[in-house]
Formats: sequence, C-alpha cells, structure tokens
Amino acid sequence: MAWTTPAATGPLDYPNRHHGNDHDRYAWSMLTDRPPLVWPQGRGLALFVVVPLQFFPLNPQGKPLKVPGNMVMPYPDLRHYTLRDYGNRVGIHRLLKALDAASVVPTFAVNTRLFEREPLLCEQIVGRGNEIMAHSWSMDTAHAGGLDESAERELVQRSVGRLRELTGQPVRGWLSPGKLNSANTPDLIAAAGIEYFCDWVNDELPYRWNTATGALWSMPLSTEISDTFVLVDNLHAEESWADQVCDAADLLHAEAAEQGGRILTLTLTPWLLGQPHRMKHLERVLGHVTGLAGVWSASGAAIPYAAKPQIPAP
Amino acid sequence: MSNPVSASKEALDYYRPWPWDRRPKISWPNGARIAFWVAPNIEVYELNPPANAFRTPWPHPFPAVPGYSIRDYGNRVGHMRQMRVLDKYGVRGSISLSSALIDHHPEIIELCRERNWEFFSHGIYNTRYTYGLDEAQERALIQDSIDSIRKATGEAPVGYLAPALSHSELTVDLWAEAGGTYTCDLFHDDQPTPVKVRSGKPFVSVPYSLELNDTIAYVVNKIEPRRYGQMIKDAFDRLYAEGAESGTVMCIPTHNYQVSTPHRLRAFEEALEYITGHSDVWVTTGREIADYYLKHHHAAAEAGMDALNKATHGRAR
Repeated sequence: MAWTTPAATGPLDYPNRHHGNDHDRYAWSMLTDRPPLVWPQGRGLALFVVVPLQFFPLNPQGKPLKVPGNMVMPYPDLRHYTLRDYGNRVGIHRLLKALDAASVVPTFAVNTRLFEREPLLCEQIVGRGNEIMAHSWSMDTAHAGGLDESAERELVQRSVGRLRELTGQPVRGWLSPGKLNSANTPDLIAAAGIEYFCDWVNDELPYRWNTATGALWSMPLSTEISDTFVLVDNLHAEESWADQVCDAADLLHAEAAEQGGRILTLTLTPWLLGQPHRMKHLERVLGHVTGLAGVWSASGAAIPYAAKPQIPAP
Repeated sequence: MSNPVSASKEALDYYRPWPWDRRPKISWPNGARIAFWVAPNIEVYELNPPANAFRTPWPHPFPAVPGYSIRDYGNRVGHMRQMRVLDKYGVRGSISLSSALIDHHPEIIELCRERNWEFFSHGIYNTRYTYGLDEAQERALIQDSIDSIRKATGEAPVGYLAPALSHSELTVDLWAEAGGTYTCDLFHDDQPTPVKVRSGKPFVSVPYSLELNDTIAYVVNKIEPRRYGQMIKDAFDRLYAEGAESGTVMCIPTHNYQVSTPHRLRAFEEALEYITGHSDVWVTTGREIADYYLKHHHAAAEAGMDALNKATHGRAR
C-alpha cells in the first residue's frame, strides 16, 4: 500500500502537519496511554534474545546500498570474511553453551543463504527446536530505497520460502539486514506470510502495522543496546556493554512491576560476542537478568502472540 | 556541503570579548550560586522531508527507518520516562520545541502545560533547516513557531534554539525582532551575556551546553552512559564551586530518544539526584534566567564592557 506522506512544495510548506504521525502505516500512541500488558504466568519482564546467523559474501554487490558489517578491504577481504565466519564456526557454540546454561531461549535470525551453504549448522540449529526467523538472503541483500519492487518480492519469497524448506519451521518473524526497509518491505514480507518484524525501533512493545494484506505486528528490537552498536559503532568496553544491559534490565523490571509488561531485547552476535574475551561479560549479563524475579525468556513469536489478545483492534 | 551564503564575516559580532575575571558579580535569587536548568528537546522529524541544498536530513533513502524510528520512539516512549524523573527531582523542563509537535502530538504538550514547563522555539520540524532560507522566509518560519506556541499554550515563547542548530547570519536578530529575549544558539560562556542584536534591544544569551547535550555526548562523542552521568556531576561540582564567587549557569540539554532509553536513564537520574541534593542551587528555566538577568544584571554588564572597551580602545586589530 502507498505511504500517505506527500512531499512538500517548498521549504515553508508542511503538508503532513496534523495529528498523529506524518504517515499512516501505524497509529500514534504513547506507551503509557495503553492498557498494561501481562505476560504468561503473570510475569512482568520478557527477555527476547535474537542471535543472528549471517552470511557476508566475499564479493558483495552493495546494491542498492552496503549494509554495515560487510567487506571493506579490496577483494578478497579475508580479514572481514573470515572474522564473520568465525561466528558461525566457533562463536555460536560458545553463545549457545552460555544461553543454555542460563536457560535463556534464543530466537535465530537466519540469512537463508547461510543454511543452504552449511547443512550441518542448519541441522544443529533446527534440532534445538528454537524459533527461526527470516533475516533475508544474505547480509548483501539490503531492503532499501532503490530496490525494485518485483526484485524485492522475489528476494523476500526466496528468502522466506527456502528457509521454510530448509528448516521445516513456519518462519513467522523477519529482521531486515541493518534494519533497513524499502517503501515496500512491510507489504512484501506480510504477503509472504510473515506475522511480525523487528525493523522499526520506535517502541518497546509490539504494535500493529498496516499492510496491503492486513495486520503485521511490529516487534521492536533495540539497536542501541545491541552488541554491534555498543562495541563496534561506539567502541565502548565490553564491561560497559554489560553495565548498560544490566541498567536497562533493572529499569524495565522495575517499570514492569508498576506499569505492566515490558521487554528487554538483546541482539547477541556470534562473530562479535562469541570472541573468547567477551564471553565473561555476556555471562554476567545473563546471570543478572535471569536473577531478576519473574523474567519470561520468550521467543520472538511468543511475545506478540501473548500481546495480541490484550491489544484490541482499532 | 557548501556555504549557504557568501560567508563574508571573519568573526561573529553578536558579543564582545569579556574576561571572566573582570566581570561584575552575578547574584541569583535567594543567594543561589548556580542557576540549573534542563532543556528537553521535543522534536518532530519528517519521514519525507524536502531536500535541502546544504544538508541532507537522512542517511538512508525513503523510508529512513533507523533514524526516523528512534526519534519516534522518543515521543512514544521516552518522553514520559524522562518527565517522571524530572518530576521526581522537582525540575520543570524548558522545552526546546519543534512546534509542529503541537499538531502531531498535542498529548505531550498538555502534559508539559500541566507542569508549568517552559516552551521555547526550536523551529517547526527538525528536518527543516535555516540553510537556504532568505530573510523573509526565516522570519516567516520564526513567526509560525511563535504563533503556534502562543495558540497552544497561551504564551509566546521568548527563547530560541534554531532548528537542528542550523543558522543564518540573521537568526538571532530575527528572533529578537519577533519578540524574543534570549538565545540558546551561542556556546561561548558559562554565564549569561548580553547579545548585540540589529534592533538594539536588550537581549541575552543563556548558556546551553553542547558538551553536556546528550545527543552530542552519545552520538557524536560516543560516550558511555555512566561516564555521561559522571561528566554532569563533575561539571556541576566546578560550576557550583565557582558560583560562590559569581553566579554561574548549568544546562543539561536532553532528547527523549537518547537520555530516556532504559540503558541510559539511570546515569542521568543519579546526576539529577546529586545536583538537586545541594543547597544554593536555583532549579529554574531558561526563561527565568533570561528574565532575571535582563532585569538585574544586563545593564551593569553592558556598562562594564563599555568601560573595558574604552580602556583598550584602539588596541584591538
């Protein structure tokens, strides 16, 4: 469906200056104006952990644009290619060991091409039975302005369809590489049977999106406490990342007790956090969060499923 | 990015040199050492802003999801969280307002009105820059923001922070001519200073710190949240000590999509608790600082500077 956000005719023309957002893909609403949510068994803080399993091609095309994390050196960029691959060979095993030890449930966001290339990894992840969400074809398939609609439709269908074949899972969730969208991405993923996506970080709770085929749920996944943002973009120390997550967990946990269900969302990237020098900081985080009373470690789909019946349609 | 205008001035002429140790003593109400204010920027960014020849609003093609969505988060989630903390420590916010927010999100305006917060102008949208506007257009933008705020709150704003810190050579003059009495666009001092405007009216710069601005700290300087909290405390300690000799001003400019995120709010709250735990702190607003200064200190400051300039007449080159 089209975006109702007409262009201005000049610097002092404001065609979208009206109540609500300046487009109509979701309803304007302040979090505190909504009825409080309750998670299963009356729990207050949901913990949503996304583990991305990514494939960065050695020869990225960068079209329509280059997603952060891709190759940067002249071809062949062995540095970045192999360091990303480290995550799928070594880092993932460390992360899973730590998550399992803390009884924290991961949701895997998978570049479909990775599971095509690596049947053993696919088998191991599928065998765990955790939810698998779509993460497009590879880290070189940016869903962004400039991508032709029919090409993007084919890309979405191939990514989601093939991932369903490879995993035998329904694949209900979607995370775009770099959390970028074209104007068509939400409609195209909804048409492919995706029920929720994590790209719009404009809230802390699930909310309804309008698409051509009906409702899609937005399930915001925080960028700003993600490991890549804190450690790679900001170059903060590992200890600071852990402090930030613990501070966030404490605040959300306290707020949940007063105001209703909250969600702590974490992205744990195997090629980054799975390095040996970072693991103890992740373990501190997991210990702290799971030590809070009434934490619900949930998969991506479980959270909007729990929220839906509590959020009446407009 | 090229210069919007001919860039003909070698230096700003809004204010004069004025050595810190040769100024008349500033006193604040009730013998306070320091005037402390918090300026929440409450902004609207457009999803589909018009192109500007001098600055590109978003780093991504339409829809610029990462940039737009985190700013939307500020209004949907962050505002209430920051407001609760300011309430807890008895701080009335001085809002730097994208005045289109009055149309988009009047619910937020109402909450701030109930608390008797100050509203000052931050343009219409933070995706509409001063760059490229001629004088009449910039005047129209300023007047639109004044009229909108007056209509919504019953009172015209007197302070200005240009949208997205985008300025012309005339920005401060035009604001003064439209009825303004203070600017936040100059970062040259830790005390209010007189500003020379085209109309010649008494006008003041109220210190608004860029160094303690959460967006500068978090996005530009990439500072860890707890270090940001410590920076605020350290700045306070120094300005509070110096305020024993002559009154100082401290401002924390915030954004509801930065300081209010769950991993950052605690550091900010601890800093507020620390500051408001001191005696002799005037917890106030930008407007009250400007009003007090204009009434009690502006004339003495001008006279002091005149005398100093006379003594050095002919030596400046």
